[in-house]
Amino acid sequence: MDTIAWTDDTDAAQPPPFGDHSTLTLHVNGSDRKLTLDHRTTLLDALREHLGLTGAKKGCDHGQCGACTVLVDGRRANSCLLLAVAQDGRRVTTIEGLADGDRPHPLQEAFLERDAFQCGYCTPGQICSALGMLGEAEDGFPSYVTAPDTAAADGPVPLDAEEIRERMSGNLCRCGAYPRIVEAIEDVTP
Amino acid sequence: MSHATQPLGAPVARREGREKVTGTARYAVEYHPAGRLHGRIVPATVARGRVTAVRTADALAVPGVHTVLTHENAPRLREPDDPVLAVLQNTRVPHRGWPVALVVADSLEAARAGAAAVRVEYESAGHDTVLTWDHPGMYTPEQANGGYPAVRERGDVEAALAAAPVTVDATYTLGGLHNHPMEPHASTARWADGHLTVHDSSQGSTTVRDSLAQAFGLGRDRVTVVSEHVGGGFGSKGTTRPQAVLAAMAARLTGRPVHIALPRRYMPALVGHRAPTIQRVRLGADRDGVLRAVSHEVATQTSRIKEFVEQAAVPARVMYASPHSRTTHRVVALDVPTPSWMRAPGEAPGMYALESAMDELACALGIDPVELRLRNEPAVEPDSGRPFSSRGLAGCLHEGARLFRWYDRDPQPAARQEGRWLLGTGTASATYPVLVSPSAASAHAAPDGSYTVRVNATDIGTGARTVIGQIAAAALGTPQENVRVEIGDSDLPPGSVAGGSSGTASWGSAVHHAATALARRLAEGGGVPPEGVTATADNEKEAAASPFARHAFGAHFAEVAVDTLTGEVRVRRMLGVFAAGRILNARTARSQFIGGMTMGLGMALTEGSTMDPLFGDYAEHDLASYHIPVCADVTDLQAHWIDEDDHHLNPMGSKGIGEIGIVGTAAALGNAVRHATGVRTRSLPITPDTLLPYL
Ligand code: FES
Ligand code: FES
Repeated sequence: MDTIAWTDDTDAAQPPPFGDHSTLTLHVNGSDRKLTLDHRTTLLDALREHLGLTGAKKGCDHGQCGACTVLVDGRRANSCLLLAVAQDGRRVTTIEGLADGDRPHPLQEAFLERDAFQCGYCTPGQICSALGMLGEAEDGFPSYVTAPDTAAADGPVPLDAEEIRERMSGNLCRCGAYPRIVEAIEDVTP
Repeated sequence: MSHATQPLGAPVARREGREKVTGTARYAVEYHPAGRLHGRIVPATVARGRVTAVRTADALAVPGVHTVLTHENAPRLREPDDPVLAVLQNTRVPHRGWPVALVVADSLEAARAGAAAVRVEYESAGHDTVLTWDHPGMYTPEQANGGYPAVRERGDVEAALAAAPVTVDATYTLGGLHNHPMEPHASTARWADGHLTVHDSSQGSTTVRDSLAQAFGLGRDRVTVVSEHVGGGFGSKGTTRPQAVLAAMAARLTGRPVHIALPRRYMPALVGHRAPTIQRVRLGADRDGVLRAVSHEVATQTSRIKEFVEQAAVPARVMYASPHSRTTHRVVALDVPTPSWMRAPGEAPGMYALESAMDELACALGIDPVELRLRNEPAVEPDSGRPFSSRGLAGCLHEGARLFRWYDRDPQPAARQEGRWLLGTGTASATYPVLVSPSAASAHAAPDGSYTVRVNATDIGTGARTVIGQIAAAALGTPQENVRVEIGDSDLPPGSVAGGSSGTASWGSAVHHAATALARRLAEGGGVPPEGVTATADNEKEAAASPFARHAFGAHFAEVAVDTLTGEVRVRRMLGVFAAGRILNARTARSQFIGGMTMGLGMALTEGSTMDPLFGDYAEHDLASYHIPVCADVTDLQAHWIDEDDHHLNPMGSKGIGEIGIVGTAAALGNAVRHATGVRTRSLPITPDTLLPYL
């Protein structure tokens, strides 16, 4: 049964294409990555196991914790709930793709500055989620706590602490870094 | 070096912070050795019985599956140091969720499909999974967790209660609670030339190294366990967990590296949890609130394979003066998963009961709850008679009451309403013992003027790496940036587990002594030779028994709003003040206190685990059903502290801070709910359905 040549850690470990595999291209953090994947492979496992991008974390594998949050075509998503094969051609941004060269993204700086984490396991998901959330608010997406007249105005939704808390509630942090996470996001909120 | 030396206590940023925010910090299954395989556990589906057959043919036919380990073909282990590690050694099923097979495959997908294809047959016996106060199997153990005697008595409690003008007699019921660190338990194991190396998600890799060496019959020098970054633990990673043993077994059998990460929903059965407790507290007092008698009786459960007794009556031995006292623990072994440490075992559930009872007493007497606690401050530790090394409870109560504006409160319950919301405030005390465990460290000076300290500490998110650097730098009189810190590897000088709020005191003392010895050697002059200078030390002095009663204390204040239409409780603000010796890093300490308080909020309002008597299983076994607090639950949450100058602790003057934040929080919130509504619930969590019938 041991027919696959395991020469190194990630890309070479692709099984040959057959009935339940497909070849696809993901645009990950600005570069095209061609992969042949089992149809059952989630986007999260494609990133972690096949592309060596372990920044996205697996906290539950069931869409219940947000640790796996990445941006897909600019919108945040739980990558454990997406089948990779269905993402062919999409742009995926992970925590590893946020920095501008050596300069971390302002959200990454703010999380550092505010001590907005402890164990760090939820942190990549929190930061990607925050980035997605800023985009949603910019585009006028309302949340449960957005006053109806604000949403109707069709402009950006201003983000106060209550809005941030509500919109970040899909990202669990067992270390309880929430107050600092909200402060960090407020620091970069326009 | 352009950096200045910073005093201990400075808010130094985490050393590994950049790796964590950029996603480059690697956790246990994020090392990808060539040829790695993936293991997936097949959990037992009966709560008690015997495996009669494991049919693996279908699983082995799944493309990509390499092998299936069962009790028939798994490597034989020596008797492990913890019975929960004796996996795949025989046919016995001690509880639902116990591993009965392990599928090993090329990919995660194949491992999962393979595990689903394994057919297990059982001979099941009737199971018993329900804790009751008078369960016929109840017995009094020798000791409770932490080595505390199960029973302590002073004076004549029954007579004192009978004679007391005011009494409280209340029983509090808590279900199980789950640690659920965000990183599920995970291991990567590989063998090379007879040497076992495991990257493990653990709170102490020296401990895991020793367990694996014992189980596999190896010398400790033939096992290396690495825990560089760990995604939280809260006690559940403080002991070796089965996935480490299974990964090592599978790697031995296949000759390839093996990853195992536990699926989230397997965790409640396999990684320990806080045991359910039933606690009867009786207080007897004079009309002026001075306690005459304190009785705290605890009934709890353990599994059939290991005795673990949640020491919930122990804080009553520390908190309040009373001439008559009885604190007891009883336990029954059921067909349930083995309970273990969860953040502040003993103190967290015990102080929920005791501090709720104190609030009940304050209500019965018409005395302010802060004042009632102040009136019962003991001169010495009530149980032992030992003097306190320092006792900051009164200071915390005073400071907390001031910061919270506590005395603005009308003690009348259900008196404050804003629209459909009833508002109330509550308070509770906190305590946690000072613990120290044996550790060793080395400190090295290089010719270029830099230093390296080495100790097998584990940073589970506490900031251990950072504070160790600060302690070493302070002893060496150098900027902390000039000190390299090596932790998280069992090949380093042995360190104790990151648990019991003991890490900083334990590792830090050894580091302080090693660094101080090194500084002394360097001060003798002669310069640093090319190979450098190294000094080593341990913490034998600090780990020895103390003639003093040593505890951290704290006070919680909380304001809640209760929705009269739905019964929902929203926390408006929470404020904790802690007296925990000297705070060594203001930044990471604040995060720890707040993290503990947040977990206490969950214990009070959202986290509940129900034992399903039919299946013998915790029903809430994923994060969609077991509700840990989310961002929207945590609004105005503040942690403050009083600096203590206590010379009976360790060279840094620190007490532990990892656990005290959760202690008492649930009582403060429950007391606030009572003040808001007039309704006293004596069980947790206080979910809308528990309150609504009374509103
Ligand atoms: S791992 Fe995707 S939501 Fe938890
Ligand atoms: S930092 Fe540990 S879970 Fe969020």
